[in-house]
Amino acid sequence: MTSLLSVSNLRVGFGHDPAKNEIVKGVSFDLAAGETMAIVGESGSGKSVTALSINRLVDFGGGKIIGGSIKLTRVDGSVLDITEAKEPVLEKIRGSEIGMIFQEPMTSLNPVLSIGTQIEESFRLHRGLTGRQATAAAKDALDRVRIPDATRRLNYAPNQLSGGMLQRVMIATALACNPRLLIADEPTTALDVTVQAQIMALLGELKRETGMAMIFITHDIGLVAGIADQIMVMQAGQAVEQGALSEVLDRPQHPYTQHLLSAVPHFESGRAARADFSRKEKETPALDVDGLVVRFKVKGSMFSRAQGSVHAVENVGFDLMPGETLAIVGESGSGKSTTARAILGLVKPTRGRFATHKGSITDATDPATQMVFQNPYASLNPRLRIDSILAEPVIAAGGRVTNETREKMKALLKRVGLPEDSLERYPHQFSGGQRQRLCIARALMLNPSVVVLDEAVSALDVSVQAKVLELLVDLQKEYGLAYLFVSHDMAVVERIAHRIAVLYAGQIVEIGNAASVLSNPQHSYTKRLISAVPSIDRRNQHFEIDTRQVPSLVRPPGFEPPEAQWREFGPDHRARAEA
Amino acid sequence: MGMLRAIFSHPSGRIGGTIVLIYVVVAVLGLFDLTPHNPLQQYRIDRLHAPSIVYWMGTDLFGRDVASRLMKGVGQSFLVGVSAVALATIAGTILGLTAAWFGRLWDGLVMRIMDVLLAFPAILLALLIIAIAGPGTWTSVAAIAIVYTPIFTRVVRGPALSIKSREFVDAARTFGSSKSYILTRHLLLNLVAPLTVQVTLALAWSLLTEAGLSFLGLGTQPPASSLGLMLADSRNLMETAPWLLIFPAIAIMISILGFNLLGDALRDILDPKTRSRTA
Repeated sequence: MTSLLSVSNLRVGFGHDPAKNEIVKGVSFDLAAGETMAIVGESGSGKSVTALSINRLVDFGGGKIIGGSIKLTRVDGSVLDITEAKEPVLEKIRGSEIGMIFQEPMTSLNPVLSIGTQIEESFRLHRGLTGRQATAAAKDALDRVRIPDATRRLNYAPNQLSGGMLQRVMIATALACNPRLLIADEPTTALDVTVQAQIMALLGELKRETGMAMIFITHDIGLVAGIADQIMVMQAGQAVEQGALSEVLDRPQHPYTQHLLSAVPHFESGRAARADFSRKEKETPALDVDGLVVRFKVKGSMFSRAQGSVHAVENVGFDLMPGETLAIVGESGSGKSTTARAILGLVKPTRGRFATHKGSITDATDPATQMVFQNPYASLNPRLRIDSILAEPVIAAGGRVTNETREKMKALLKRVGLPEDSLERYPHQFSGGQRQRLCIARALMLNPSVVVLDEAVSALDVSVQAKVLELLVDLQKEYGLAYLFVSHDMAVVERIAHRIAVLYAGQIVEIGNAASVLSNPQHSYTKRLISAVPSIDRRNQHFEIDTRQVPSLVRPPGFEPPEAQWREFGPDHRARAEA
Repeated sequence: MGMLRAIFSHPSGRIGGTIVLIYVVVAVLGLFDLTPHNPLQQYRIDRLHAPSIVYWMGTDLFGRDVASRLMKGVGQSFLVGVSAVALATIAGTILGLTAAWFGRLWDGLVMRIMDVLLAFPAILLALLIIAIAGPGTWTSVAAIAIVYTPIFTRVVRGPALSIKSREFVDAARTFGSSKSYILTRHLLLNLVAPLTVQVTLALAWSLLTEAGLSFLGLGTQPPASSLGLMLADSRNLMETAPWLLIFPAIAIMISILGFNLLGDALRDILDPKTRSRTA
């Protein structure tokens, strides 16, 4: 037998009675040394549980393997069934033979220990290195994951590094003992797209260098295209399709795989941009933002003055017509959410002016602008019934809940595709997608003209995401809504935006017609952002490792940025000239 | 109903719930004078009578029925404990909520005062307050309430701070919901679970504090009866009439055990993490 790992008929259950509460229902696969397998599925499909069973970490999460076998060929050639191994043996295997990296690099590292200490720990435990040797090994490990200036960085605490850097540290730790199998559980989901591209490129290179096998878990079928050799699609605890990468991507057999492939918004460089809207002359915008500046003071100590301020949003201005979608695109820290929150009055702007089409300056409680938040699980009060939740905007606007209001609630619920009896239920009885529909219904209770959608579909599974986007487009046409769509996901933006504003370090660097910006990006940051979008069409494309970081936004007191220079690239497309 | 079923299917909830139920029944009977004998009536010929069919728990030095006095005392302790905890809950919730919501100076001021109060041992602080205000039933209610307010303030402020930053509160602010609406519907409603647990546990401590104060002669004043007072009276007769000591002591012990068990059970039941595991 040549395979490194052979899983057959694996079944895993949770809770008091694992047999009744089965999460993984008979999964089998073989993985040869040096091969990469991607496990793709939506939330709840059992993909993470399958992976966690391979190093038996699933035991700590309350799970129990109730059937099947996991046979690992060890370094010395002996074959071990992990389902029957004892804990001391497993401890040896974890780290030295099976490495693992997790989704959230920020919480996977101990915040009070320097990263050097944490990498050294791995060398101490598994290779018996001490003192200088361990430090040298840790430095080599950081070099291997392309962290510049490794010697100095060893003394950094985790909070001094960005998410992408931390994920590299996690990879360095996992690779410390040259494991022959690396399990990566959604390693890039919490990261920005350009950072995601860097990490993927790094994993690809390391795989070639070390010849290790890898199991890569993701919900994004587009992401695995560049790295996997074989692919397994999971749904409801079962592997519905498995096979070689191009086989599955080009000729999907199972309807669910076909569905997943069609639901994933493929980025098509502006070709799929919407063309159902054009600006009319002399129309008053639904929202006009001019010279918006948001700064947060950096607190000094008790006895010293403020050290300066974070320039989160710097001189942002745009207008938004009724029936139009403007997408604000950028990565974390770019100021896109702060812009949205300032418009809603959740953050106090330092300067700037907003006006709605009524001509009035909006304040925090203007019912003409409403917002849908990113996380559908946190944006509904779990203790309130749906009718109370939907009634809140009405009560807040000084209205009373009448029969008419109830009729309106029912009509809106029906419109967003929820059953009528939803009014008497509680948020926890709904799925993520349904909750987001509830949030949309709530935002529409006061007939707004502008809806701010802050990453409104990012937390949803791809197939749900597609349906919610469809609903948003329909509602926009029906009510003539103007959308301010804040997102980091270029493929989603392409589906919904008419115009795009690219935000970088608090400033708009490029703005214009969606098709034009996406097909012919001018600013170097826009280009980087677009080239980082994962796609199944770019299967063999090689990513460059780019380690540029977003510059610090902390400026000394009284700092004013220089006036922006704009260059025009067509009737509705301009970009900032780079200094 | 679902809550009751949950309590009675939890092992320590079953025991604690039963004890608390019996305790409340006894307390209510005592408060409404539905006792076997008049607790103040002195049966002179039956002084220091051992427990018998007529006097279930014997009689004391003045010939008063211990069982009746015990029921009356349980009622008294219960009244003091419940009123004190109710006051502490209301005061602590208001202080904690406003501290979390307004932050800055108000938060600093409230929490520093609470820190000062918490720095004293509970019984010492209560003694101090009573020394200033003079002994009596209602001063002991006030004293116990002040002693336990900081605990409620802390229990409310912590979660309120975290709920405050949740998205549904932001959403409410974008609608322009009023402060009082957000504080009651969004914050307070989500604090019901930790508060319930805290109230149950605080009841146990306040019963103990009340007994302690009465024992020292600073709580309920004779001839009214209270468990602490009965213990104090029994001290000199411990060897000749042990029933005077044993029954009130057992009553105090069991009631505190009951409230603690119930509190532990409620904590398990209302904690969403353990709930999802058992569900």
